[in-house]
Amino acid sequence: MSGLRILVPVKRVIDYAVKPRINRANTAVETAGVKHSMNPFDELSIEEAVRLRERKVPVEEIVAFSAGPPKAQDVLRTAMAMGADRAIHVTVEENKGDLEPLGVAKLLKQVVQQEKSNLVILGKQSIDDDANQTGQMLAGLLNWPQATQASKVTVENEDVTVIREVDGGVETLKAKLPMIITTDLRLNEPRYASLPNIMKAKKKPLVKKTLADFEADVTPRLKTVKVQEPPPRKGGVKVEDVDGMIGKLKELGAL
Amino acid sequence: MTSPNPNLRYQVIRLYKELLYMGREYPLGYDYFRQRLHKAFASQANLRDDEQIRRGIERAEFVKKEIEALYYLKKYRTLNRHYNNT
Repeated sequence: MSGLRILVPVKRVIDYAVKPRINRANTAVETAGVKHSMNPFDELSIEEAVRLRERKVPVEEIVAFSAGPPKAQDVLRTAMAMGADRAIHVTVEENKGDLEPLGVAKLLKQVVQQEKSNLVILGKQSIDDDANQTGQMLAGLLNWPQATQASKVTVENEDVTVIREVDGGVETLKAKLPMIITTDLRLNEPRYASLPNIMKAKKKPLVKKTLADFEADVTPRLKTVKVQEPPPRKGGVKVEDVDGMIGKLKELGAL
Repeated sequence: MTSPNPNLRYQVIRLYKELLYMGREYPLGYDYFRQRLHKAFASQANLRDDEQIRRGIERAEFVKKEIEALYYLKKYRTLNRHYNNT
């Protein structure tokens, strides 16, 4: 085996600690002037790729990829600070609207073919759209085996064993390369992209491309009709005594 | 006052910068973090003994690891709450 050529697609999303606000038109979440960072599930996939290399699995190359606004470069730098060797950035202007999972999967298919990747590790979903589709769609387009929601990955020669989290337990899958893996929260503990590593990452190559460089049809197929806040939680009440509590419960129809 | 070992001085300044950078994401805000960090370093500014400075550097490295762990846990717990306790 010549070695793993890992592709790790990452997405720039609103930071997990920020409380999202809905725009005036109720069609999307406000993104202007909001702190952004790398999708946490994508951090897990970068970390897993780097850990494979550290575990002496023959990893030839780790390529980070992102399609998004010019600022998506920052998350690619973070990815390289964590250990990716180089990055590809497909610039998508903000006013063109977001790419949909299918569009991204089509782009990724071409990137995989260009880069001759044989392992793609994706976050299972992004914390902004929560679509949980891109990995699966890419596996479908490439006709590769996939293991979603991985909590443990081992690579031995051509065989990849993935333990995945399913309802109430785990499932172990085994497949031959090439393969698609999507990461779950308990796969690993992503390392912190420290200042010196960010500085070093600035020297790593980052190739800029545009959508015109790909023969993928990324026109949106979906229209967001409405985005709504969840209903506010109703406060509880204090009762004076047991009778008061029974009265309340009866009122609510619980007794 | 004698000037400290230039090699160690460089290490301390680098640590200070790294910690400042980390402070940008501190849950209680950058200002809170920066003031305390500054105070912590300033209180040790009089150290001249190499051995003592080295011990200070070790402590700073320890704090760095603690902050990294804090950030990781905060993120993990938030995500765990959002995605696993539905």
